[in-house]
Amino acid sequence: MDNQILIDYLPIAVLLGISIFFAVLLPVLSLTLGPKQGAKRNLAPYESGMTAIGEAQRRLPVKFYRIAVLFILFDVDIILLVPWAVTFRKLGLYGLYAMLIFMVIFILGDAWVWKKGVLEWD
Amino acid sequence: MEFQVPTINILLIAPAAIVAGWGVLLMLIELFISDEAQEQWRQIVPGLALVGLALAFIQTVGLWGYDGGTFILADGHPMIVVDNFATFLNIIFLLTGALTIFISVDFLRRTGLERPEFYMLMLFSISGMMLMGMANDLILVFLALELLSIPLYIMSGLAWPRTDSEESAMKYFLLGAFSSGFLVYGIALTYGATGTTQLPGVMAGIANGGSLALAGAALLLVGFAFKVAAVPFHMWTPDVYQGAPTAVTAFMSVGAKVGGFAAMLRILIIALPGLGDVWAPALAVLSALTLIVGNVVALVQPNIKRMLAYSSIAHAGYILIAVASAPASPDGVSAALFYMFAYLFSNMGAFAVVIAIERKTNEGVMLDDYKGLAKRHLGLALAMAFFMLSLTGVPPTGGFSGKFFVFKAAIEANLIWLTIVGVITSAISGYYYLRVVYTMFMQDGDGEVAAPEALKWTVGFAVLVTAVLGFIPGPWFDIARQAALQGMQMVAGG
Repeated sequence: MDNQILIDYLPIAVLLGISIFFAVLLPVLSLTLGPKQGAKRNLAPYESGMTAIGEAQRRLPVKFYRIAVLFILFDVDIILLVPWAVTFRKLGLYGLYAMLIFMVIFILGDAWVWKKGVLEWD
Repeated sequence: MEFQVPTINILLIAPAAIVAGWGVLLMLIELFISDEAQEQWRQIVPGLALVGLALAFIQTVGLWGYDGGTFILADGHPMIVVDNFATFLNIIFLLTGALTIFISVDFLRRTGLERPEFYMLMLFSISGMMLMGMANDLILVFLALELLSIPLYIMSGLAWPRTDSEESAMKYFLLGAFSSGFLVYGIALTYGATGTTQLPGVMAGIANGGSLALAGAALLLVGFAFKVAAVPFHMWTPDVYQGAPTAVTAFMSVGAKVGGFAAMLRILIIALPGLGDVWAPALAVLSALTLIVGNVVALVQPNIKRMLAYSSIAHAGYILIAVASAPASPDGVSAALFYMFAYLFSNMGAFAVVIAIERKTNEGVMLDDYKGLAKRHLGLALAMAFFMLSLTGVPPTGGFSGKFFVFKAAIEANLIWLTIVGVITSAISGYYYLRVVYTMFMQDGDGEVAAPEALKWTVGFAVLVTAVLGFIPGPWFDIARQAALQGMQMVAGG
């Protein structure tokens, strides 16, 4: 039975093998066969494109970070709501109450975030 | 499949629910505090948090002797178990929280870290610790672990924008997430091997689990070894303990460690007794490594917080001795429980003195700052000396009684070599603990000591309990034994 499971996964293993093969092959080919050009312009991130300005590591406004954190909270909220909605009839009142408690706590958290001014952009 | 509503007895989870709900309540009240009233609000928040802990404490003590579960699913298995084991640990967690509040109020004010969030986050973390001891399902263990850890990550970064505090929070977060990954992987493999996440169900199915079950158990152990800071999963501990504000360090050096051991003990004893002859030797080796590395590296630490961090690693090693002897000795679990209880008071007391000496955040935490403390403040110096003796394991202190019971359990379990390692490393630990005493009494120095009433009373209380545990350990060990017995009975009955 164990072997049967392994055979089921064989296509994935083949796919993995092929992708690793190509991931190694193509850079090696372009390194060995490609023409070598040493000009500075050729080595720029965007060849024949815009000239890069400034450093790659620079400071970002932290507001984006806070929005990202809040996004995760709402994201997880939705992840929990969807399976509840799918099994709504099965779970009945118990599910409704459980979800109500969860949502009340979640909304209280939102109120806290709002009042603390996290949502203000400036 | 028909869904059946689980049986819920809200009174049984009330201890954890009160603590968490109280935290939410405080956060809500804070929204309605006007800017003018902020100062008064900051004054009363610690007191309010204490009230919440006291309410939970009353409910917890009332549950002593109760044996049952709640959130009982259709197949009769409870998700949450309330027995003496859980109640005993809940008392430890609530005491940890209360002592932390007493020693940190003045410290936070003095160092400009007085943020009401500190107390709310601590309440959330305590509720997570309490659930760790009560969880009877691997999923719930994981949720409790996250509830315990996430507030601690934020609390270690409380002193931002100081870089060492930020470093501490970042390191703790990354390694905590890493260890959670191990734990979840272990849970997944255990589920794959046994088809259930309920601890009694895992016990029934583990015998037929084969190598999958072994791998799952190993990953679960690694996850918990991270949390309790056992070698070789201890690397984060010194940096995190040193960088975090000292009040937070005190809280997590006891709370997070005992929380980790709570879930570890319940999973090993209830779910994995079938693999006892595999995990007990593994834990014995882990414990010996932890003892040696923790105690030897602590010898060369000039920073007292870092020294106490290595000391806490070493104490995890002593508790691990008791855990490793649990399958073969009837007193293994109770020795671990008693040791954690004694460790709570010795360690909290020592950190209280560290807080009294500390001038600003992380200034005045070197060993040199303890020079001449006996002349400046004799009471604190004597108390610190007593705590150091207790941590070394010199009679008549709680630390000695704890080590006595741990070594007794190890000998009963025929782990003679491990006992010898434990005794030798205890002797080694005397060098760095007693060096603090030497510095305080034999060398001259000056500096201010901030010892407000609350801190003095806490230190006095910790000295009293440590002394009582040292002089008359018998009755207390009987209580620990009652707390452990039910865990073992469930193995026999389940």
